[in-house]
Amino acid sequence: MFVRFFTGIGAAVLAFFIYLGELVLLAAEAMRSAITHRMRWRLFLRQMVDIGLHSQLVVVITGAFTGAVFAAQTYFQFNKLGVASGVGAVVSAALFRELGPVLTGLMVTGRVGAAMSAEIGTMKVTEQIDALRALAVHPIDYLVVPRMLAMMLSMPLLVAECIGFGLVAAYFVSVNLLGINGPYYVANMERWTLMRDIIMGLTKGFCFAVLIVFISCHKGLNSREGAVGVGRATTEAVVNSSLAILISNFFLTMLLNVIFPAGWQ
Amino acid sequence: MREAPAIEGSEARPASSSLKTQKNLNSSPMIEVRGLKKRIGSQEILRGVSMSVATGETLVIIGRSGGGKSVLLKNLIGLMQPNEGEICIDGQDIIGLGERQLAGIRRKVGILFQGGALFDSMTVEENIAFPLREAGERDSGVIEQKIAEMLEVIELDGQQKKMPVNLSGGMKKRVGLARAIINRPSCILYDEPTAGLDPVVSDSINRLIRRLQERYGITSIVVTHDMKSAFHVGDHIAYLHEGRIYFYGTPAEIQASTDPIIQDFLIGRATIAD
Repeated sequence: MFVRFFTGIGAAVLAFFIYLGELVLLAAEAMRSAITHRMRWRLFLRQMVDIGLHSQLVVVITGAFTGAVFAAQTYFQFNKLGVASGVGAVVSAALFRELGPVLTGLMVTGRVGAAMSAEIGTMKVTEQIDALRALAVHPIDYLVVPRMLAMMLSMPLLVAECIGFGLVAAYFVSVNLLGINGPYYVANMERWTLMRDIIMGLTKGFCFAVLIVFISCHKGLNSREGAVGVGRATTEAVVNSSLAILISNFFLTMLLNVIFPAGWQ
Repeated sequence: MREAPAIEGSEARPASSSLKTQKNLNSSPMIEVRGLKKRIGSQEILRGVSMSVATGETLVIIGRSGGGKSVLLKNLIGLMQPNEGEICIDGQDIIGLGERQLAGIRRKVGILFQGGALFDSMTVEENIAFPLREAGERDSGVIEQKIAEMLEVIELDGQQKKMPVNLSGGMKKRVGLARAIINRPSCILYDEPTAGLDPVVSDSINRLIRRLQERYGITSIVVTHDMKSAFHVGDHIAYLHEGRIYFYGTPAEIQASTDPIIQDFLIGRATIAD
């Protein structure tokens, strides 16, 4: 029984490291291809539209309502302590350093990561990827590289947009609905929001873009067993990307906090 | 029964072989396979396939479902890697070549997939033009002229704006064929070109395969269950049985064969074990 237990644990650990290895190899091949092979600009622009433009509504709503609710909750606590004008500073720091990149990452995973995995997976099970290969077109050049570059460029912009709408909504709720003094609110927010907070948020957005695109493309490229396999690959892509964002966020926070310490100094 | 351990194209052709194809054939082999073995999981699919296809020849590979015919085709173009054996395409050994190194070989060898494998996000004309654009052709006039030529060859004029989802099975295969030949490969591999098609459409596909061979001198390997198609398009027929080439000969020779395994396949007779 113990042997079976430890064999099972060992197999799971081994499978995990094999999976990580495959992701790293995919990333390395895609990076190499992006540098050494010609760029398919039309595919890149189409992905920019799919990822960036078509995510606008989701990102705007996510940012605005997160900023609004976070401002309200912070006010309810801070008002008792008589420091309501500090709401702007707290909301701003939280949106830049954590909420903006993480929530944008999770929303983009659900919208874009799932679509990437499903599209590539369907191409795999209908032999379209074999057709690409047979026509002397490397699937990574054609399918992964345009998505990778579009994600790397789009995600920081989407994160910035999410944060921007979050700040506007937080200001509206704090000043117009809850009656906080506007100039104090803005002055505190400006004082406690530094360039390093902005850099940290955008850096996280970039890192999450890398995780989402490689996890989703890898799942799609390894789809099997028809429609069921594509469905499974899509679900796994969303779950794995979401977990990867949440777990890596902790390590990124710890690492980036060393480089860009939180708070005014 | 005739074993075909090292079939040497036209040299193996008996005197009765048809003259219409003899004139197109070149004695140098376009494709040579030696001792090809392929396992998928624990199942041994190919157990030592050896064959040779001369330039300009059409070889038909027949065999039971699940017998490894499609696996053999995918090995020939590097979509699968064999466990053992040698594959030479136009004199170049392709075993062990990486995906990027295979690109040169794949420009010489087109493949028609069983379901067409059209890119479902592209129209018919975009599918047909895909290999041209990927090869760097930017002149829209040249692209349009070649698309028009291909549509005429596959007899699908006026269908260029349709999406693959709106095409019938036969039309998809013809578009897949146009995509495979637009860059003038030296060789085409056909995976079940007439499977699932009605007799009339099947006949049009057979005629198309013949026409390509006659017009462009393309070397062809056709995998099929359809004996009518095999007799129509094949210069030679190879019967793949239990992972090996069990019989090799001309259409006339296979029809004259008294081997019970061949006979069972030709007339579609199941044995008790089946």
